[in-house]
Amino acid sequence: MVDVRSGIGEPLPPPEVEDVELYHPHSWWTRYVFSQDAKIIAIQYATTAIAIGMVALVLSWLMRLQLGFPGTFDFIDADAYYQFITMHGMIMVIYLLTALFLGGFGNYLIPLMVGARDMVFPYANMLSYWIYLLAVLVLVASFFAPGGPTGAGWTLYPPQAVLSGTPGGKDWGIILMLASLIIFIIGFTMGGLNYVVTVLQGRARGMTLMRLPLTVWGIFTATVMALLAFPALFVACVMMLFDRLLGTSFFMPAIVEMGEQLQHGGGSPILFQHLFWFFGHPEVYIVALPAFGIVSDLISTHARKNIFGYRMMVWAIVIIGGLSFIVWAHHMYVSGMNPYFGFFFATTTLIIAVPTAIKVYNWVLTLWRGNIHLTLPMLFALGFIVTFVNGGLTGLFLGNVVVDVPLSDTMFVVAHFHMVMGVAPIMVIFGAIYHWYPKITGRMLNEALGQIHFWVTFLGAYLIFFPMHYVGLVGVPRRYYELGEMAFVQESVHTLNAFISVMALIVGAAQIVFLFNLAWSLRHGREAGGNPWRATTLEWQTPETPPPHGNWGRELPVVYRWAYDYSVPGAAEDFIPQNQPTPGRMSHEAVS
Amino acid sequence: MSVAVIFLTLVAAVMVWWLAQQRLASRPWLEVGHAHDRRSGAPPPAAKIGLGVFLGVVGALFSLAISAYFMRMASSDWGALPLPALLWANTGILAVGSITLHRAKLEAERRNDEATRTALLAALAAGLAFLVGQLFAWRELTTAGYLLAGNPANSFFYLLTGMHGLHILGGLVALGRLSVRAWDGPFDRKMRLSVELCAIYWHFMLVVWLVLFALFSGWASDVVDFCRQLLT
Repeated sequence: MVDVRSGIGEPLPPPEVEDVELYHPHSWWTRYVFSQDAKIIAIQYATTAIAIGMVALVLSWLMRLQLGFPGTFDFIDADAYYQFITMHGMIMVIYLLTALFLGGFGNYLIPLMVGARDMVFPYANMLSYWIYLLAVLVLVASFFAPGGPTGAGWTLYPPQAVLSGTPGGKDWGIILMLASLIIFIIGFTMGGLNYVVTVLQGRARGMTLMRLPLTVWGIFTATVMALLAFPALFVACVMMLFDRLLGTSFFMPAIVEMGEQLQHGGGSPILFQHLFWFFGHPEVYIVALPAFGIVSDLISTHARKNIFGYRMMVWAIVIIGGLSFIVWAHHMYVSGMNPYFGFFFATTTLIIAVPTAIKVYNWVLTLWRGNIHLTLPMLFALGFIVTFVNGGLTGLFLGNVVVDVPLSDTMFVVAHFHMVMGVAPIMVIFGAIYHWYPKITGRMLNEALGQIHFWVTFLGAYLIFFPMHYVGLVGVPRRYYELGEMAFVQESVHTLNAFISVMALIVGAAQIVFLFNLAWSLRHGREAGGNPWRATTLEWQTPETPPPHGNWGRELPVVYRWAYDYSVPGAAEDFIPQNQPTPGRMSHEAVS
Repeated sequence: MSVAVIFLTLVAAVMVWWLAQQRLASRPWLEVGHAHDRRSGAPPPAAKIGLGVFLGVVGALFSLAISAYFMRMASSDWGALPLPALLWANTGILAVGSITLHRAKLEAERRNDEATRTALLAALAAGLAFLVGQLFAWRELTTAGYLLAGNPANSFFYLLTGMHGLHILGGLVALGRLSVRAWDGPFDRKMRLSVELCAIYWHFMLVVWLVLFALFSGWASDVVDFCRQLLT
């Protein structure tokens, strides 16, 4: 139950959760390396995620070179190509997007936005990062292992993933991949417990759940989902590791390899698919929900207008989170399952479009007659909405069984999921970095470089993925090393493939501008001050910027209002911070 | 996947129950001023909520593994393995550990430090005895020729008991650290909380074990068949 009293003059109710005792570091090592401060951990998470993400970006260049100009590059043979696509997909989905949204933004923003000094279990939080780093190192080690990394595709479907025909199947590749995922999940669980319990227990006085910024709602719900969905991947990885190393037959059917009968028998590859997608579909929303939350805050702040339909936005986040657990088999329409199941999963899949559409309407209605500032965060937020709607619309095609069956495993699917869970969340990540960089470093990012970065990335992404939909519609399958002489592949497909590859190189290169901007602005950026965007949420109200260990100085903030008091009629300024009890002097005069 | 879906439905019910108390239908844009969560008592400590969330994760892990068990069971090569009688004794030992920890919690609440220490030590011994007993059960099965890769039923038996054993081992580490601290000096509020958390964890792992035991002995599949008959 929540009690709200409007009397500002009344005495402050006593705090319910005691102020925490912080761990105080004594040396440089415990302050900056083995730090228990969520802000440092956030930067460590983000730096590692972006670094491994750059590896995945280079891998995408290499595979695009092969698709655009087949046969030109000797060092890309079929094995290497499969290794590139596998590692690109796995790194981008798990080690970049999940780690950056939850480990990076979650760690930085949750304590600051809810008005806490730190996470509730700082030690486990520190361990979480180091275990994540170990997972990344194990993953990177597979590039140098005999036989190279696994080439099983990011879904790692057995039996092919552990057979000798697949790169890394009988070498170290698949073992290191599975081990890395298991380590990642253990590390994530430690961090995830922190994010959830901090939101539940660490909130400042007056910060009721319905006063939380939508960013926190998004990250919170996504973390709960991740905690419940990752165990499915964990079980699947452990079982496949048993199959590969100890000769069990969880997933492995009786199979003849190179004329030799393997000792496996009776296992069910479909079982793996169920477990994998039981994790895999919630994973899409684990990435999307933080993006939804962050983009709501960016739009509201930079359009100087309260978010339209806050309650609906919260409900939609929770409903999407719940629904995403009962749609997993829409990834398995072509696995030969009972048509009634297909009908059920198609229905649930299409129902998700309802809360998602509510969110899109609310973003657009927030913009409607707002005072839109086309700052860099706003540009990226607008880029997200457009991209997400485009990717969502093709999702309606693929969610229907009869339409999905011919489109399944074509480049159309690749274009769809890159739009909806590749480009769209990345747009939000960029927008969020441009938005919060001033708080993290105290300096603004360079505007001109940012404009170049945005326009090349945004337009380039469309030039890559729009033609790819067409390539898929004419029937070009995904995962093919080269198309060769197939009658149905028209000449235009080859031209388009070359065009897409050139665009991919350009968009990838634009990210170097972004990285340069991050490094350059650290020293040479314009001084930002404490609240450059004139935003209402608590992280902009810290006494110092960047916030020191413990965030708030001596007194914890007290919250008096929701997070979206922009352009309140009669107020002195066009924003009222959450911790400000009265709207300001001007309104007082207006009333009297 | 029905077991996992049922488990998640239970988790979802808890979440909905909790969300229903948070005034999700309020109009925060109209409510300026002091606000606080109205509760019947003091809020539960963060560590307790943390443990609750963690047990949710562990529950998801086991329910998914059990789902996989039922799905794999449907194929024709499944041949159930005979359960060693030792497992009955192990079940008893684990239950004793759980009861002892409950007693430790009660004694800690009564500020009875000496009795709490004894109970903690007894629980530690019971936990170790359970693990050793499980290893003996494994040995009995392997000498009888029921090897890990021999049959999917064997694979699942070793996988699930191994996963459960590792969780008990983790619990023993926490319990051992607590016992060392308990011997160093008098109990403070934090340690009393730790005793309670250990007890909760042990009860949960006992329930998980009982479910697994029912699964291995075939009762669980009888129950599932019965439910199926009711539905059709």
